[in-house]
Amino acid sequence: MAEASQKIPVTVLTGYLGAGKTTLLNRILSENHGKKYAVIVNEFGEIGIDNDLIIGADEEVFEMNNGCVCCTVRGDLVRIMDGLMKRKGKFDAIIVETTGLADPAPVAQTFFVDEDVQKNARLDAVVTVADAKWLSDRLKDAPEAKNQIAFADVIVLNKTDLVSKPELAEVEARIRGINPYAKLHRTERCQVGLTDVLERGAFDLDRILEIEPDFLEAGNGHDHDHDHHHHDHDHHHHDHGHGLKHYHDEDMQSLSLRSEKPLDPTKFMPWLQNLVATEGQKILRSKGILAFTGDDDRYVFQGVHMMLEGDHQRKWKDGEKRESRVVFIGRELPEQAIRDGFEQCITT
Amino acid sequence: MKEFDPGEAPSSIVSITDRVKQLPLGAAVGSVHFLGDRAFFVGAEESVAIATADGEITRTETHFGAILCAASDGKRLVTGGDDGKLIAIDAKGETSVIATDAKRRWIDNVALHSDGTVAWSAGKTAFVRNPKGEEKTFEVPSTVGGLAFAPKGLRLAIAHYNGVTLWFPNMAANPEFLEWAGSHLAVMFSPDNKFLVTAMHEAAMHGWRLADNRHMRMSGYPGRVRSMSWSAGGKGLATSGADTVIVWPFTSKDGPMGKEPAMLAPMPARVAVVACHPKNDIMAVGYADGTVLMVRLEDGAEILVRRNAGKAVSALGWNAKGTLLAFGTEDGDAGILEM
Repeated sequence: MAEASQKIPVTVLTGYLGAGKTTLLNRILSENHGKKYAVIVNEFGEIGIDNDLIIGADEEVFEMNNGCVCCTVRGDLVRIMDGLMKRKGKFDAIIVETTGLADPAPVAQTFFVDEDVQKNARLDAVVTVADAKWLSDRLKDAPEAKNQIAFADVIVLNKTDLVSKPELAEVEARIRGINPYAKLHRTERCQVGLTDVLERGAFDLDRILEIEPDFLEAGNGHDHDHDHHHHDHDHHHHDHGHGLKHYHDEDMQSLSLRSEKPLDPTKFMPWLQNLVATEGQKILRSKGILAFTGDDDRYVFQGVHMMLEGDHQRKWKDGEKRESRVVFIGRELPEQAIRDGFEQCITT
Repeated sequence: MKEFDPGEAPSSIVSITDRVKQLPLGAAVGSVHFLGDRAFFVGAEESVAIATADGEITRTETHFGAILCAASDGKRLVTGGDDGKLIAIDAKGETSVIATDAKRRWIDNVALHSDGTVAWSAGKTAFVRNPKGEEKTFEVPSTVGGLAFAPKGLRLAIAHYNGVTLWFPNMAANPEFLEWAGSHLAVMFSPDNKFLVTAMHEAAMHGWRLADNRHMRMSGYPGRVRSMSWSAGGKGLATSGADTVIVWPFTSKDGPMGKEPAMLAPMPARVAVVACHPKNDIMAVGYADGTVLMVRLEDGAEILVRRNAGKAVSALGWNAKGTLLAFGTEDGDAGILEM
C-alpha cells in the first residue's frame, strides 16, 4: 500500500446552502498546519476564500458511456485533476467543495472510474456540514440534503449554539436515522479539529477496521446508553425509552447485516455484484468486513452505488471473532430481499 | 545491477540510443514543438526550454503556474496556462501575451490556423482571434474538451460533452453539431478535410465522415487515447492507449469503417505518445516505461531511440523537414536525434 500513500488525498466538502461549508474551508486553510491545499470550488462559492491554489469548477455531471445511469462522474473534475497534476509537489492535499445542491456521488465516483485520476489521487472522505437549526426541515423538503447526510463519512453538525438541547437531540436523531455510521461532530462556527475532518482514510480498504454505529463521539455531555451499540440488531426500534428519539427515515435508511458463521465466497460475491448491479441506484454507500469459508484472511469491500472495490486485508488474528458485517446506506432499500439474499450466502 | 539489465527490448533490435543528444531538462515535459531547427520543450509548469541539436539549452519563463495546453504552426508556439494567460513564443524565444482571461480562468485548449488566427478555450467558451486582432467567442453547452481548425476555410471544431460543434467564426450561419454520447476531448480533422476524429474520455475514439456525418466507432482500447498523429499524407491515424500503436487506415472513402487497424510495435508497456514523421511512413513512439522507438508503418520494423528508464515519455516531435526528432519525459529527461 506504499503507493496509496503517495497519492494525493482528496476531501469532498458538502453541505446544504448556508450550513457553513465556506467557514469550515477557511478554517482548514487558515490553520497553522504547514500543509498546502489545492481547493476546487464551484464558481458561485469562491468569494472570500483565501488560498493560493483555488480553482473554479463547473459541476458538470456526466454519465459514463456504459449504460449505467447511476454511473456518473464530474467531467470538470477529471480536467481539473489533470491540470493540477502538472503542479504536483506544490500542494499536499485537495479539497473539493460542492454546491449546496450537489449530489456527492458523481464526485466520489470520479475517483473510482477515471484511470488517470485514480493513478494520482485518492478519495479521503466525504465531509458534510449540516446546520443544526435548519437540517431537520431540509431533510423533509430537500432530497439533496438527505443525500449529503447519507453519503457522509464525517458530519459536522454546525451552529449548535443556535438550538436548544432538545432541538439538537432531535436533529441528531434524524441524522442517525439516515446514517448511523458517520463520525458526528457538534460545532459552533465549524470549530472542529482538523484531524477530525482531514486524513480520515474513509475510502481506504486498509482502514475499514470495524463497522460500528458512531454513537460514542466526543460531545457535550450527551452520554448515550450502551444499548445503542446494538442498534443494528433490531432495525425497527424507534425509541429506547430514555428520551432520545430514534427516527426511521421514510426513504433513506441504513441496513446492517451480520453473520457469525462464515460466508461462502462463491455465493456472496455474485450476490453482492448482482445486488449493486440491480439496486445500485438506491444504494449510496456500502461497506463490509467478511469472513469466508476456508479463508484465513479478512476480506474487506466498499462501494459507491454500482462501483465496488474489495481486497483481502489481513489474516484474522488469533482469538479475533470471525464475524462478517455488511452495511448498506440507501434509499428505499429492499430490506427483506437483501436480508434473505445475505442469509443464502451463509455457509451451512 | 542496473547496467547489467538488458532491458525490455529484444537484443536483436537496432539501437541508435548513442546518437541521441541528451538534454537533462530537470522538469517534467508536457509537449515539444520545433520552430525551425530548435526544439521548444513546453514544461508542465512555468517555462519553455529551447534546445538546439547540439544540446545547447536556454529557458523562457512563460506562465506563473501550470502550462495546460500548447500548439505550434512551425512559426510560433502558443501556450495556455492556469494563470489565465495565452502566451506566444516566437522562433527567437521572445514571448508576448496574446490574451488574459478576465476571470483568470484556466486556458484549457489552444489551436492555430495557418492564416495566423488563434483559438483558445476557457471553461465552456471558445475564443477566436484573427491576425487583425478581432475577437469572437462562442459558448458550447459544456466545458470544451479540445479545439481544432479545419485544414480548409476558417472552421473550428469544438469538442465537448455529447459531441462536437463545428463553428464558422466568419459566417452568420448556425454552427453544425455532430452528436455522439459521451465526453469528447482531443479533436482532429484529417489532412484531406474529409474526416473528424475525437479521443473520448472513455477508452475509445469516435469519428465522423464530414460529407454525410456518418459515424465511425474506433474502440477496443484498454486505456484512454491521449495522443494521436496523422501519418504522412493522412493515410493512417496512429494512436496511443494500448500496448501497441493502433493505426487506423484512412485511405478509402469510408475511412476505417469495416477495416482492422494495424497494431504495431507491441511492448510490455502502454503507448503514451505517438508522432508520425512529416514526410516518410515512419513514426516515433513513446511508452509509459520511458522507451522511445522509431517504427516503420509498412512492416513495423523498430529502431530503439531510448531505452526504458524512469517515468513515461510525455512528448515527441519532429521538425518540419523531418530531420530532427525530439522527445521528453514526465521526469524531466529529454533528447534530440539528428536523422
